[in-house]
Amino acid sequence: MKILVPIKRVPDPELKVKLRDGAIDLSGASWVVNTFDEYAVETALRLRENGATNESHGEVVVVTIGPEEAGQQLRSTLAMGADRAIRIDGEDKALDSRLVANLLAKLIADEKPDLIVMGKQAVDGDANQVGQMLAGKLGWPQATFAATVELAGDKGSLTVGREVDAGVEYKKVTLPAVLTVDLRIVAPGSVVNNISPAGHLYGTGEGGPRYASLKGIMAAKKKPMDVKKLSDFDVDTTLATRELSVTLPPARAAGQKVADVPTLVKKLVEEAKAL
Amino acid sequence: MGNILAFCEFDGATLRASALSNLTFARAAATAHGGEVIILLVGAGAAGAAASAATYAGKVVTVEHADLAHYLAETYAPIVARLAGEHGATVVCATATSVGKDLLPRVASLLDAGMASDIAKLDAANQFERPILAGNATSKVEISTPTLIVTVRQSEFPPAEALGASGAVTAADAGAIDAQGASIDRVESQKSDRPELTSAKVVVAGGRGMQNGENFKVLEELADLLGAAMGASRAATDAGMVPADWQVGQTGKIVAPNLYFAVAISGAIQHLAGMKGSKTIVAINKDPEAPIFQVADYGIVGTWEKAVPELIAEIKKVKASR
Repeated sequence: MKILVPIKRVPDPELKVKLRDGAIDLSGASWVVNTFDEYAVETALRLRENGATNESHGEVVVVTIGPEEAGQQLRSTLAMGADRAIRIDGEDKALDSRLVANLLAKLIADEKPDLIVMGKQAVDGDANQVGQMLAGKLGWPQATFAATVELAGDKGSLTVGREVDAGVEYKKVTLPAVLTVDLRIVAPGSVVNNISPAGHLYGTGEGGPRYASLKGIMAAKKKPMDVKKLSDFDVDTTLATRELSVTLPPARAAGQKVADVPTLVKKLVEEAKAL
Repeated sequence: MGNILAFCEFDGATLRASALSNLTFARAAATAHGGEVIILLVGAGAAGAAASAATYAGKVVTVEHADLAHYLAETYAPIVARLAGEHGATVVCATATSVGKDLLPRVASLLDAGMASDIAKLDAANQFERPILAGNATSKVEISTPTLIVTVRQSEFPPAEALGASGAVTAADAGAIDAQGASIDRVESQKSDRPELTSAKVVVAGGRGMQNGENFKVLEELADLLGAAMGASRAATDAGMVPADWQVGQTGKIVAPNLYFAVAISGAIQHLAGMKGSKTIVAINKDPEAPIFQVADYGIVGTWEKAVPELIAEIKKVKASR
C-alpha cells in the first residue's frame, strides 16, 4: 500500500499574530508542520505498519509545495517515519487551494498512490478545501474530518468515522480515496489496519502523533527528497482566490468580575438583559 | 448579472435553522450580482420541504432520487455543479455545516471555481471577509473565476425572514448517479430534546475542570432550566466526558448565542475561536488568571461545585417572580 501525505508549513499557531503592510508579518515566523498534517502523517504510518512489531507494510510519501526552507518540515516528517519526500518549489503567495489541488492531482497521476491522507485544514488559512477539491478533481471518493479509520483486511477500502452535525457517520470508501483527518484521529485506538494485533493501542490518554526518535532523525537525513518545479506540471498557475488584505479583529472589551452568584444573576437580568 | 444557487439543508418539511443564515447571505449576494436567489433542496423528502422553502425565495429547485437518500459529497456535488450551470448561477453557497464544508469544495473543483470558506461578510460582489488563524485575524479575499463558491459562517449571518409570497417550485432530474465507491455504513446519532448547538439562544458549556461526565449533570440541569444547548471544550470532549458533537471551538462548532456560560473552561485560543462572537459571556472558573476571563463579560472566581447550584437556585427565583 502506497500512501501520499501532502503537508503544509504554517507559522507557529502558539505565537501572537502580527501585521505588516496589511498582511501577516512572517519576517520572524517560526515555521512548523500544520497540526492536522502532522496528524495525517501519524495516521498514514499507523495504517501501514504493524504497531506491535514496527514492521512496515507499504510506503509513505510526504509532499509539500513551498520554498527551500519548507524542506525542514518535510525532513521532520521523514524523521517520524515517512519513507521519502517531494518538494515542489513554490511561494505561498503564488498558491491557492485550486492550484494546490491541481498540482497534487498531476503529481498523483505520476505517483499512483492507493490513498491520500491529509489534514482537514491548515491552521493558518482555515480554508478546509484542498482534500475535497482534490477528490473531486480525481473522481475519487472522499472521507473528510475523520475521527477514526479502519482499513479492511483486503486493503481495498476504508471505513471512516466522521463527526458530523447529526452524530457520527461511518462512511465506507473504496481505494483509491482521499482521507482528511480531524484531531481525534491520533487517539490511541483511532486507527485500525487489520495488520497490528487486534486492540493495539498507541500510547494512552488522549494519544498524539509520535515523536521522532534520535535514530529516526539520523535516518531522515539519508532519506530521498526530490525537488520539482511548478513548471514541471502542466497546470494553469492563475490564482482563483487572492488575499487583498488582513486585519486584526477588534479585541473584546474587558469584562467585570462579580462578587457572587446573586450579583451575577441581577446583572444578567438588569444590565445584559440576557435572562 | 447572475443568480445565487443556495444549497439548503432541511429536516422533515422545513429548512434547518442553519440554512436561514445562508439565505440571508444569498439575498445580499443576489443584490450584488443583480440576480435572484434559487433554493436547492437535494435528497429524500426534498419535495416535501419545498413548500416551506418557497416562502424564502422566488424559486425552489428540488432533486429527489432513491439513491440520494443519504447525503454523499460524491453524488450531490455533480448535481449542484450541473444545476449551477443550468440556472445561470454566479454564486453557489451553503452554510458551513459539516455537510456544507464537505460538499462545496468538491463542487468548486467540478466547476474549476475559486472558493471562500466560512465567510463572515460580503464586501462586494466577489469580495469576502473571513476569519483566519483561529479567528485571530480577518482576511479579505477576492475570487476571480466566473462562478464563486462560498460557505457562510452561521453565527455571522442572522436567520432570514420569510417573504410575503411563495416562490415557484420545480423538480429537477437527478441525472446519472455515481457514488464513486462511497457509501454510508451507519450513522450513530445522539438524539436530544435540547436546541441545536449552533442555533441555540443560550449555551451552557463545560471544560476539563468538570473532571468527568457525571459532573456535567448539574450543567445539564442549568441548560434545561434555560432551554439551552450543551457545549464543551475540546479538553472535555477529547477526555470522553461528553459527546464529541458538543465541542465548541475552531475544530468544533462555531456558536454565537445571546448568552454563553463557560464553566471550568480555561479559555484556550481554539475554544475562544468558537464562542467569542457570543453576545454575553459568563465565565465561572476557580483560577482568577484563566484566559477565559479576558473575553467574559461577567466572571465568577470560584468552583463550579459551589457556583452552578447557586446559579440554578437564583435563576429559579427570578423565573418564579415573573
